[in-house]
Amino acid sequence: MYKYDSYDQAMVDARVAEFRDQTARRMAGDLTEDQFKPLRLKNGLYLQLHAYMLRVAVPYGTLSGAQMRMLGQIADKYDRGYGHFTTRQNIQYNWIKLAEAPDILADLATVEMHAIQTSGNCIRNISSDHYAGAAADELVDPRPYAELLRQWSSFHPEFDYLPRKFKIAVIASETDRAAMKLHDIGIRIVKNPNPENGAGELGAAFYVGGGMGRTPMIAPLVRAFVPLDQLIHYAEACLRVYNRYGRRDNKYKARIKILVHELGLAEYTRQVEEEFAHMSALGLEPPTAELDRIARMFADPAFESGLSDAIDRSDPDFAVWLDQNTHPHKQPGYAIATISLKPLGGIPGDASAEQIALMADLAEQYSFDECRVTHAQNIVLPHIRKADLHALWQKLDAAGLATANLDLVSDIIACPGLDYCSLANARSIPVAQKIAARFSDLGRQRELGELKLKISGCINACGHHHAGHIGVLGVDRKGTENYQLLLGGSEGADTSLGKITGPGFDEDGIVDAIEKVTDVYLARRDTGERFLDTYRRIGVEPFKEAIYG
Amino acid sequence: MKILTGNDLASGDVVWWTGSEWSRHVDDAVDAGDHAEAILAAEEAARRVNASYAIEATRAGSSVRPAHIKERIRALGPTVRLDLTLKPADPAAGNWVI
Repeated sequence: MYKYDSYDQAMVDARVAEFRDQTARRMAGDLTEDQFKPLRLKNGLYLQLHAYMLRVAVPYGTLSGAQMRMLGQIADKYDRGYGHFTTRQNIQYNWIKLAEAPDILADLATVEMHAIQTSGNCIRNISSDHYAGAAADELVDPRPYAELLRQWSSFHPEFDYLPRKFKIAVIASETDRAAMKLHDIGIRIVKNPNPENGAGELGAAFYVGGGMGRTPMIAPLVRAFVPLDQLIHYAEACLRVYNRYGRRDNKYKARIKILVHELGLAEYTRQVEEEFAHMSALGLEPPTAELDRIARMFADPAFESGLSDAIDRSDPDFAVWLDQNTHPHKQPGYAIATISLKPLGGIPGDASAEQIALMADLAEQYSFDECRVTHAQNIVLPHIRKADLHALWQKLDAAGLATANLDLVSDIIACPGLDYCSLANARSIPVAQKIAARFSDLGRQRELGELKLKISGCINACGHHHAGHIGVLGVDRKGTENYQLLLGGSEGADTSLGKITGPGFDEDGIVDAIEKVTDVYLARRDTGERFLDTYRRIGVEPFKEAIYG
Repeated sequence: MKILTGNDLASGDVVWWTGSEWSRHVDDAVDAGDHAEAILAAEEAARRVNASYAIEATRAGSSVRPAHIKERIRALGPTVRLDLTLKPADPAAGNWVI
């Protein structure tokens, strides 16, 4: 894992002191709310539906045990005993007091964490593959590149007031587990595809102009290969063109996806390449020694060799969890385990202070002191000896953390919705709970197989409804909550955007409609087909017929 | 009727204008009539409230009901965590929101 150097720590400590002063001036009346609001937002502090909400950055979703433990302590000491893990691999606290916010930031700084750039029109937390450094299918660990981008983008003066917020994801495998093409910039580490010019050399493919929100777009490929010693330059060129021409006159057309769309891919790319050529002569790229220094901190932990891959599956409940919630590891004898934060009747992404503390303990005890936050609002323990999986599962089960539903219909992404969010038009969580209850039988869920269901409470799409195999969008219809159904979205390597089926439903109606959709799938699927495969093969009409018939 | 709401500056709690101060309970809210703008300006300036605004509501007996569901959820608390609302002992409290 990355460890702060003295510069990192000094920057974060200075920001804590600065915000403490700003908060005191606001409390004393020396700053108005109009003056203070942009300052608190720079530190992730929103004023939400019920109270102040603090969003804490988790760079590329990676946490040490000590960091995870601190998140639990903050939930216990300053909030109401729980935290909410988000679709940006961050954590949010819903009941923060303004006067205590600087103390929270100070506590976070003691474990090399902060809330900087978790709001505002700047480059936000860099997200990545939650299986990074562990997945059997990755080319290389993408996190050193994400960390380099984090350092470049932190307090970058040129990009502190962009036309709109800006999100970057970095992956290094063909299987996209980070919704990479639905980011403002999606970067995939690849081998040079050109056999005549350094074939096999690592570089970055840049996808620019993706996003969800009110105008969902899949990012097109802007350049297939950027050498790694020009990674920052190229990212900077992409940002510069956007910063210069992005729509500042209209908030709803200010994201880079609109610029790329309006300019056209060819013209946007031409301008980026022109800027890139200009910048290349300036010698601003960080030295490769810095990337090497960072990369050394992401070296593999001390895996044991010669471990057996055999697992005792005699406990049937454990065997189900094993099949559903573990993933192949690159190291023989190890597995990646995912802790579902989607128990029946629970709130997607929420964990109590006690559960967070336990997950910190388990990361230290079983996973080389590492855990990850996933964009699907779950927690990953990336490096578990297969021989330890049963003991791990027993401890998770005792704490209500062994729900065996990863990627099943009840593993629902849901934004906080109208229960917490001042932007929302409808509640998301109660709908997620009703859907999970309707499909509560785990055997039925497993019969349906992989089915990614995502719910947003407004068009801003924090719940990624565009990318759900089944998506739900909550809207306000004359003061009443109404839910639109979308089908056919995907966030993976085969990224696609869901399409609205037709008129919306009330809270119970949307659950009925989803059940009818799954009935069509079960009746029409071919052998081995996932829900998404069947949808793509037969189209939307059979589903519409069943829903609206 | 037109009632006034906002958040307490220090705690962030949702509060309602009672005619003389700010209360956590929406049923304490009074009709601000044509004085909403002036009251909000004075209260914001004195830092007795933050991010304040006026909304439509109705009164029935001793109960005040905001017109929009968003304000009713603000008044009660999250419907999915009734233990954290103003009525933690009432399992049916969420029905008032709908």
